[in-house]
Amino acid sequence: MELTGAQSLIKSLEQQGVEVMFGLPGGATLPVYDPIIDSSIRHVLVRHEQGAGHAAEGYAQVTGRPGVALVTSGPGATNVVTPLANAYMDSTPLVVVTGQVSRAAIGTDAFQEVDITGITAGVTKHNWLVTDASDIPRVVAEAFHIATTGRPGPVLVDFPKDVANQRTTWSDPGPVDLPGYSPPVDPDPQAIAAAADLLVRAERPVLYVGGGVVKASASAALAALVEVTGAPVVTTLMARGAFPDSHPLCLGMPGMHGNYTAVTAMQRADVLVALGSRFDDRVTGKVDAFAPGAKVVHVDVDRAEIGKVRRPDVAVVADCRAAIEALVAAIASRSGDDAADPSRLAPWVAQLDEWRARFPLVYDADAPSGASGAGRSAVKPQFVIEQLRAATPADTILVSGVGQHQMWASQHWTFDQPRTWVNSGGLGTMGFAVPAAIGAKVGRPDRTVWAVDGDGCFQMTAQELVTASAEQIPVKIAILNNAYLGMVRQWQHMFYEERYSEVYLSPDLPDYVLWAESMGCVGLRVHSPEEVLPAIEKANEIDDRPVVVDFRTDSMEQVYPMVPSGASNDDIVVHPSQQGELR
Amino acid sequence: MSARREPVGTGRVVPMRAAAGEPHGAARLRHHVVTLLVENKAGVLVRVAGLFARRGFNIFSLAVAPTHDPRFSRISIVVDVESAPLEQVVDQLDKLVNVVEITELHPLEAREAELLLLTVSADAVSRSQVIQLAEVFGARVVDVGTDALTVRFASSPEEIDDFEEVMRPYGIRELQRTGRIALPKLVRED
Repeated sequence: MELTGAQSLIKSLEQQGVEVMFGLPGGATLPVYDPIIDSSIRHVLVRHEQGAGHAAEGYAQVTGRPGVALVTSGPGATNVVTPLANAYMDSTPLVVVTGQVSRAAIGTDAFQEVDITGITAGVTKHNWLVTDASDIPRVVAEAFHIATTGRPGPVLVDFPKDVANQRTTWSDPGPVDLPGYSPPVDPDPQAIAAAADLLVRAERPVLYVGGGVVKASASAALAALVEVTGAPVVTTLMARGAFPDSHPLCLGMPGMHGNYTAVTAMQRADVLVALGSRFDDRVTGKVDAFAPGAKVVHVDVDRAEIGKVRRPDVAVVADCRAAIEALVAAIASRSGDDAADPSRLAPWVAQLDEWRARFPLVYDADAPSGASGAGRSAVKPQFVIEQLRAATPADTILVSGVGQHQMWASQHWTFDQPRTWVNSGGLGTMGFAVPAAIGAKVGRPDRTVWAVDGDGCFQMTAQELVTASAEQIPVKIAILNNAYLGMVRQWQHMFYEERYSEVYLSPDLPDYVLWAESMGCVGLRVHSPEEVLPAIEKANEIDDRPVVVDFRTDSMEQVYPMVPSGASNDDIVVHPSQQGELR
Repeated sequence: MSARREPVGTGRVVPMRAAAGEPHGAARLRHHVVTLLVENKAGVLVRVAGLFARRGFNIFSLAVAPTHDPRFSRISIVVDVESAPLEQVVDQLDKLVNVVEITELHPLEAREAELLLLTVSADAVSRSQVIQLAEVFGARVVDVGTDALTVRFASSPEEIDDFEEVMRPYGIRELQRTGRIALPKLVRED
């Protein structure tokens, strides 16, 4: 059957099982947009290409399926670079198709031409410039294969306009033939045996769980590993929900704003088992002082992560789920002196419990005295998160932007299921929340989707709420409006002698309620603690349009605990009310 | 460490020398030779080079050509870096979809070869000396001008260094080296 290159592209996407894509048309993608009218694929028309990319990320993070975005050449393509970089950092499977000028015009500085394969080489797993329409079925199959296998990540297909118009035929490309690409799957039995040895004999083990566990859908395997070993778990920012916070052996989030027990457990561990985590600087603090007494087992599907930061004693290069299942089997099959005995860990667990009792996550719940001062409010941001958690269904998907609100969300929400937490971890992309929430709701329309956003973040991508209204995607946005770029303010407060430089925004410029309403959303505003729960309940009842709640929160709040940048995790700064406990 | 290739004057290049106090060629042992079997596709070289550039590693020499299998090319790269960061680069090179195989060769475990073209001043007085020296090395004169000769020399990088040094007093006018290519030394039974 003869068809155009554009039709071949859309057909190839349909063959890959794509049900939705996020995009915005332009000159170079005109031929591609025509067959979309007749396609089974839903197209969500965003208002800015960055929104298309982040929405595709949100979709991918909650479904585990690749997110797809379609944008035009030139500025359309450069606008999607930030989402690509974000997805690359957070290992999110993404397939982005960019329009390109016609082949004959490439390299001539044609209108809306940009070398997007060159620009994105460092932020994609791979990219392609399609130079002949007959290559389309093969390239699309390769693109989805690479995006979703091994360590997942973003790929980009650059699609010249004349290739879209070329007459071609479509045939099933068959299995992909990529001689240079064969991600590891099964773990080396010897490495598993060595890891099992270390773990079984450990006196102070910690399972250091990262986003790879979520990507590999390994939560059940992880639960079995905890069951058989009795080892406690820390879940990194990317892994919140991979292991339930409600489990007695879940210590919560480690790292720069991790809780005291999670941070200190790693520091004191004798065996640290890294599962799909990458020793990020926000987790390790000063690397030389990180977990100094620990033997390290590092499980990762990406060989390049092994020894990048910390040289492991045992390396397992494999799919995380396969590796954890093999580890469970290896440990369960032992008997006698070699068998795992969770009761041996009782002193360690008692120590952890003691830390948890002394250093719980706390905040100053009391209203600041004279709550009328500049930026003061009786509404504490952490209180909003707690109320939100209490008043929403257990399987609610929580999305966040980047900054103080993100840390409070990660700390104070209780995550009990994987893929219920969507945030920008590695790149730290402000403005991620609104479009990512839209993508998450498209991927899981059955779930309640709340985004916790900062006022600074919200202003970066709020226009996508127009998309949400127009496409009837009822997301809910809680703005923790403290009138500041709060995390930068916190650093200026702590490390720059309270010399605040260019961090003040404004609580009411813009007027978030009016803005929300002008975008077709319901806008609500909360000034006092008593209004918090009623506003959340009102928002929960609205299911026919997006809701934005402008929570006026206390701008003086700091995120605690905190490990200052470059410091050892031993020098963790706990909440002022707990600082006496450290002595 | 001593300077290796320093541009002097108008784009001329002085030959590589060992560091002062080191035996000749010792500087070379700091070099790492990485050879990659890659798919013969557009854009592969820039992806490979990009991983070095990102870290500020200078590529000392580079040779790319097809192999016996037309689907693949072989890239030989010489870099002067510490081992630890290089290991990280090699791991990341391995992640490139178009890179099929990577071998890191220590100079002592490799058969290396390079090709040199060199134009040297050779007037009526010096011409016969230059030709004689070329013959001693096994180099061939491939072009003859009024007061200069162009010589072609294929050998190990160390011999090429020597040859350059021997030619230098006569006045090197132009010089082009291909960059080294390398294959692992074969195992021989005793």
